[in-house]
Amino acid sequence: MGEEIKVLKVREEKKTEVRKHIIIVRAQHNFGVLTRITSLFAGRGYNIESLSVGKTNEPNVARITIVVNGDERIIEQIIKQLRKLIETLRVRDITNQPHIERELALIKVHAGTDSERNEIMRLVDIFRARIVDVYTDTYTIEITGDTEKIGAFIDLIRPFGLKDIARTGIVAITRESATRKLSYKEQQTD
Amino acid sequence: MPKKRGADIVIDVLLEEGVDTVFGLPGGAIMEVYDALFDAPLKNILARHEQAASHMADGYARATGKVGVVLATSGPGATNLVTGIATAYMDSVPMVAITGQVPTHYIGTDAFQEADVVGITRPITKHNFLVTDIKDLALILRQAFYIARTGRPGPVLVDIPKDITQQVYDYKIPTEKDVEASLPGYKPHYEGNPSQIKKAAELIRKAKRPVLYVGGGAVLSGASEEIKELVELTRIPLTTTNMAKGIFDEEHPLALHMLGMHGTYYANMSVYYSDLLIAVGARFDDRVTGKIQEFAPEAKIIHIDIDPASISKNITVDVPIVGDVKLVLQKLIKELKKKPIEWVKAREQWIKQIEKWKEKHPLTYQKSDKIIKPQYVIEEIYRATKGEAIITAGVGQHQMWAAMFYKYKFPRQFLNSGGLGTMGYGFPAAVGAKLGKPDKKVIAIEGDGSFIMNVQDLITAVQYRIPVIIALINNSFLGMVRQWQQLFYDSRYSSVCLATQPDFVKLAESFGAVGLRATKPSEVSKVINEALKVNDRPVLIDFVVDREENVLPMVPAGKSYREMILSPKEKGEAETMYLVG
Repeated sequence: MGEEIKVLKVREEKKTEVRKHIIIVRAQHNFGVLTRITSLFAGRGYNIESLSVGKTNEPNVARITIVVNGDERIIEQIIKQLRKLIETLRVRDITNQPHIERELALIKVHAGTDSERNEIMRLVDIFRARIVDVYTDTYTIEITGDTEKIGAFIDLIRPFGLKDIARTGIVAITRESATRKLSYKEQQTD
Repeated sequence: MPKKRGADIVIDVLLEEGVDTVFGLPGGAIMEVYDALFDAPLKNILARHEQAASHMADGYARATGKVGVVLATSGPGATNLVTGIATAYMDSVPMVAITGQVPTHYIGTDAFQEADVVGITRPITKHNFLVTDIKDLALILRQAFYIARTGRPGPVLVDIPKDITQQVYDYKIPTEKDVEASLPGYKPHYEGNPSQIKKAAELIRKAKRPVLYVGGGAVLSGASEEIKELVELTRIPLTTTNMAKGIFDEEHPLALHMLGMHGTYYANMSVYYSDLLIAVGARFDDRVTGKIQEFAPEAKIIHIDIDPASISKNITVDVPIVGDVKLVLQKLIKELKKKPIEWVKAREQWIKQIEKWKEKHPLTYQKSDKIIKPQYVIEEIYRATKGEAIITAGVGQHQMWAAMFYKYKFPRQFLNSGGLGTMGYGFPAAVGAKLGKPDKKVIAIEGDGSFIMNVQDLITAVQYRIPVIIALINNSFLGMVRQWQQLFYDSRYSSVCLATQPDFVKLAESFGAVGLRATKPSEVSKVINEALKVNDRPVLIDFVVDREENVLPMVPAGKSYREMILSPKEKGEAETMYLVG
């Protein structure tokens, strides 16, 4: 009953992969702006890995660093939506640009015996961390670094008995040398 | 400036923005604004349900291109607006919704009629505001109008706590410049990139089988002249989405009519075999593309859109041009004219092929002289109004028939909920459209299932003597769901039978409207002409139609254009015509 017509080859769509993205948003620091930003991720079932907000050199402008795992194509779409928000001033995915990322962690660890204390202090030294609070059986350690470094440190002191960890989430900034070189290209894609 | 109440500031801004009509329903938290409205020089339409009020504002906005304004109180008043706001959002309709909120010091206490309206409407508005200080009120309202009507338009909601409408403040109305300066992150991009426009022109020159695919963005940008000029210059056949009906005369030989799920055979075939697709203010909706991998698989794609987020969202495009459709088309036409255009001759073979498709499967249906075919009703409305009426539609089969069988010739002529698919939209939108365009005949083509969702506001049309016609395509079914159940669920008609229904003629009469009925094809044109004579109240015509008529052609959801169902075998049994195995 059908009718013969020529079947065309199907359209090939680029395959994309799921990976970590670091997205920097500058936005007017109004109430509700964070909800607008985060709901774009939540609405697609994406869990934000970390998010940090801080003031900037400009008044009433916040800088938000978002780390999220996601499909390239969908992240691209989210970034476009982020740019569309009335209160965002600038949105960049700096994942592929040379950049510096740092995170700060405060870690409470069990440190009862002398040998435990010595071993922890040695590790603190190696990792260039600091002990910021001491109690009879507890050290509180402050460490900064990228996610891998903090992860490695936590793994090493875990056996002593971790009591609590507070992490800030990543803040990131592009390397100046890279931003100079990239600024032209970025203008093209923005 | 004299000191004024917050509520009076609201009215001042409305007047400054050139608003002449507002729609809404008062309640506790917005009483102050309604008090100020009492002697304001504005037409104030009291709806009977906030949802209907929001569709009226939407219909007004779509018909006129101006910003529609709707007012509601806090809590349930505002939540009743949600469907109307979401409808406007999906179709990029400029609208400002002003809602009352409980007084500032009650917010967050679960106060009477409190709801987090800014939270609820965040994902369905272009932007929204909660006013926390009377100092900001005038600026926020001005920002709301500015955001609603510029760039890609959309609804903006302003939530105003009652105490702020009552406070008195010595204020100055912000200028357009103040508004722009206060929105540093909002800069819609209107001018297309010249090198991209050049690339697009090159593709157009080279194309052998090009098709224009025009969507609602072209209407919003007011680009119908440019579209016409482009088609006539390049002889590229044109298909429109549901949202762009009327942007281009549908009687023109190069008009392919609608594409997509209920698109014409010739539009869909043209797109499928095209080697260049020029998308203009359209967004590659799934109801348009069907299976995306088989949508225009050999075509290069040019996409002109004001919203960068629409570009390469559903399909990767070759030449994106971000900008206002009208401006971009003007530049594109200029660019094309720079070189001789003898390449246009190469189009004739393609146009001939399309003509063959048009002859083979024109838009048609099985006529009957015993039972009223719904398509026949639409054709008769078209004839009686000489194609000049503004048509609105609810959502369902009748909407698709209204799209297919009325031939539109001017933009903003066919108003319907294309994106959200909101049942109950057609009639209140017609009321809004008639208020915006009083010189036009306005006809709401509604389904029996759709109409009854906002039936209460028939009384509003009666109260304000608004002579809209409701052409009820009454098949006593939720027809579109029934059609899907017939085709894809083995005819298991679950919860779709609406055989228990009011006597619609008596219902209309009890509201003070005129009620008419046609049960035989011979009565159809008579009742339409009778209805067209009424000019002091609404008319409802109950067209009792063939119960199991299907909307065809149809590309089942998620399928390729190749798998189009073209025509029914016999009554009640659809023949699936798989064009290719």
